[in-house]
Amino acid sequence: MKSEAPTLIDPALAEHVLTRALAHGGRFAEVFAERRRGLTMSIDESRIEAVQSGAEEGAGVRVVEGGTTYFAHVDGLDPADLERAADEAAAALRGERREPQALRAVATEPLTIAVRPEAVEAGRKAALLRELDQRARGKGGEVVQFTGSYAEARREVTVANSDGRFAGDDRTRTRIGAQVVARRGDVVETGAETLGAHRGFELLEDDPGPIAEQAAGKALTLLDAGPAPSGSMPVVVGGGFGGVLFHEMTGHGLEADHIQKGASVYAGKLGERVAQPLLSAYDDGRLPGEWGSDAIDDEGSPTQKTLVIEEGRLTAYLYDYLTAERDGVASTGNGRRESFRHLPIPRMTNTYIAPGEATPEQMIAELEKGFYAVSFAGGQVDPATGDFVFGVSEGYLIESGKVTRPCRGATLIGNCLEALQAIDAVGDDFFMKTGICGKGGQRVPVGTGQGHVRVGAMTVGGTER
Amino acid sequence: MSGLAETAGSAVEAALEAGAGAAEAYAVRDSGREVRVHGGEVESLTAATEAGVGVRAWIGHRVGYAYCTDLSAAGVTAIAGRAVEAARVADPDDFAAPPEPAVAAGLVGLSDPSVAAWSTAEVADLALAVERTALDADARIAGVEQAVYADSAEQVAIASSTGVAGEYESSSCYAYLQALAAGDGARETGLGFGLARGPAGLDPTAIGVEGAARALAMIGAGKPESRACPVVLDPTVAASFAGLIGGAIAASAVQRGRSPFAGRLDQEVASEAFVLHDDGLDPEGPGSAPFDGEGVPRRRTALIEGGRLRTYLYDTYTAHRGGERSTGNASRHGYRSLPSVSTSNLVVGGGEASLGELLVAAGEGIYVTDVAGLHSGVNPVTGVFSVGASGRAIRGGELAEPVREFTIAGELVAMLGAVRAAGADSRWVPFGGSVCTPPLLIGEMSVSGS
Repeated sequence: MKSEAPTLIDPALAEHVLTRALAHGGRFAEVFAERRRGLTMSIDESRIEAVQSGAEEGAGVRVVEGGTTYFAHVDGLDPADLERAADEAAAALRGERREPQALRAVATEPLTIAVRPEAVEAGRKAALLRELDQRARGKGGEVVQFTGSYAEARREVTVANSDGRFAGDDRTRTRIGAQVVARRGDVVETGAETLGAHRGFELLEDDPGPIAEQAAGKALTLLDAGPAPSGSMPVVVGGGFGGVLFHEMTGHGLEADHIQKGASVYAGKLGERVAQPLLSAYDDGRLPGEWGSDAIDDEGSPTQKTLVIEEGRLTAYLYDYLTAERDGVASTGNGRRESFRHLPIPRMTNTYIAPGEATPEQMIAELEKGFYAVSFAGGQVDPATGDFVFGVSEGYLIESGKVTRPCRGATLIGNCLEALQAIDAVGDDFFMKTGICGKGGQRVPVGTGQGHVRVGAMTVGGTER
Repeated sequence: MSGLAETAGSAVEAALEAGAGAAEAYAVRDSGREVRVHGGEVESLTAATEAGVGVRAWIGHRVGYAYCTDLSAAGVTAIAGRAVEAARVADPDDFAAPPEPAVAAGLVGLSDPSVAAWSTAEVADLALAVERTALDADARIAGVEQAVYADSAEQVAIASSTGVAGEYESSSCYAYLQALAAGDGARETGLGFGLARGPAGLDPTAIGVEGAARALAMIGAGKPESRACPVVLDPTVAASFAGLIGGAIAASAVQRGRSPFAGRLDQEVASEAFVLHDDGLDPEGPGSAPFDGEGVPRRRTALIEGGRLRTYLYDTYTAHRGGERSTGNASRHGYRSLPSVSTSNLVVGGGEASLGELLVAAGEGIYVTDVAGLHSGVNPVTGVFSVGASGRAIRGGELAEPVREFTIAGELVAMLGAVRAAGADSRWVPFGGSVCTPPLLIGEMSVSGS
């Protein structure tokens, strides 16, 4: 079912609002209108609870003059609400009136949603959570707790700006999560897994049970874990969510706002070798159905596939409207915002290391001693210094070319530039996973992906002495 | 007060009409502004207004929730109906029931008139002064990534079919910057911040100086040796750990067996040097209010005193379940979320030692000024943690060279048992929720570096 981009505010009203926003000057004005609907529920102690539905609508208006952005947001999409936002954004400007260009609608095609989640009765969603609960508990008596979550969210957006752009998008995301606590005597471990996409309920119509079983498997495996090793050693990083390592240590540093403030270790390195030639990487907001995909970004620019590292060489930064204007280039469609209550900033969409030629088995077999980080609980980076830290949620020791025992409580720390250069093998077993990325107080859905990747040397902060 | 209480009241009525046995509505109106500056210029200026209502509906022991931004009669009626529909999907839970009304004393000092009185130009000047102070502090300050000022004035009203009714207003503001220092072929960042009820309560010079000092202190940092050694946590780091402790003391975590404090009530869980209160009434605490997210009066509660765990934190649901009374710790993230148990303001008891005396007591160790990866490096069920850290070496009882790219690891309860002293100088920190804490000396922690 192809959907039409919605029109939350008609072009005549949008032009009126833009005209009003430019009443006291400004070289650029924009109105971003949004309607949000969502439903979440969870299962805990085998009971459906926290059933919540939400409905919000509102708009954000910004005016740019000189180096300053004037922004106001309001709840509601009535003409009076939009006028109030325009007047508040323009309030601090003192220049001559400007006229916006006539709006020209950009044809956009929202991603295909086969089964609208809001058309599926809530009881089926509850039944799905009960199924996850049973599947996880079916992995044995050591599974002592299961928490499952279901979330559907729809964001309809319309954006119009004084350059004449008028575009819309209709985004529906669906996601489930599974968290397991396993216990054996005094040893307690947790395991988690998620499944999400920029798709409708069709995502869950095939059996979603395996994610509950996988979460249980992780927690059960960790019951046998010993302490993690400490020190510098080769690290093999798992596929899929392992890509969060690249997202954090390189992706954020390529966002043009960090670059332009000199607050990125990748500033001034365009065209330079930043990784071994075996590594190429992309940011791609157009991958069909992927969690981080949209038809347009939150400034109305079409999303695109951007080659950021080509065979080890840094080839592109990620731009929104303002940072692109400053560098005299075109936006790469990375202007994203959490909601109409936020200003757009350069953000990743789906970021991934392209598949390589190595197999995970080879990467591991070549190591005398190393660490195998299958999955992360999360990570954090300071783009200015390049220092990063990752919590490993599932990790194993590698000894004499073999994965030997699971380890608990490992943390990977290091510096982006060194760690990226140290990637000496990229796997052919590519897949994507979902994440929620925070930056500047805004959370947006992002995809991360890769096959297995090996970092020649990295600091593992473990608990073994 | 601007009809917010009436909105809440009519939402409750509408939910009852839609079939709820009991209902509660929580309505919020908020106006705020934010100024971001960079390079001596205002980079962005935001004016925000927001209003919404959330409705909790009970049908027997089933609960549902719905919220919206449309406060018109039609909007409120629609959302009340959705809350009832949501309740029909939920499974019954014997302990789910609406809170009973209780009289909350008024709390003065939550609103500062300077939020309304200061013009946008004046608060922009404050943010610019924060940035300028840092830039002028030292030639090695290469820039300021961002300096930010933000404030908000909020009105809250609550009403329920069981007779809960209340409203209050409060204001808050903060300013911070991330300073960049260059030296030794690398860049270092340093955070400076301040919190207050209004801009008149902020000291832009102190904030700028702090950011610059933190960045400068890190120039030339290397990895410390892996070892077990005494560690002094500065207040920002102590606050992050206190926040983890506060989360683990929430009855919701304890009752579901997801806390290292489960089954340890009245037992020894810390050294006597570590004292922890939850205080929802201190006017200086950003989390203070006359009542919590379900209308129960806020209060001051001793959590860890004399080395023992004195109580868990409760909302109405967990109190019913635990056979206790609510401690007034139902928290909400505005009208968009169901109330859940969380700390209001955590207050770590101060000791008598200056920072210098703590360093002397540490002798040889590490002064930790920043931790990263707390959300991924801590197992909330077991309390086992391994987090990234940076700071300064302590040599001969004094601060020595900067250190970075190491982890500190341990287990939360064991760490509390190893607290040897709390410093005398406390400050409010927006990490770990809202925490007022001095620096803490930990007798021994596992440090993993080179």
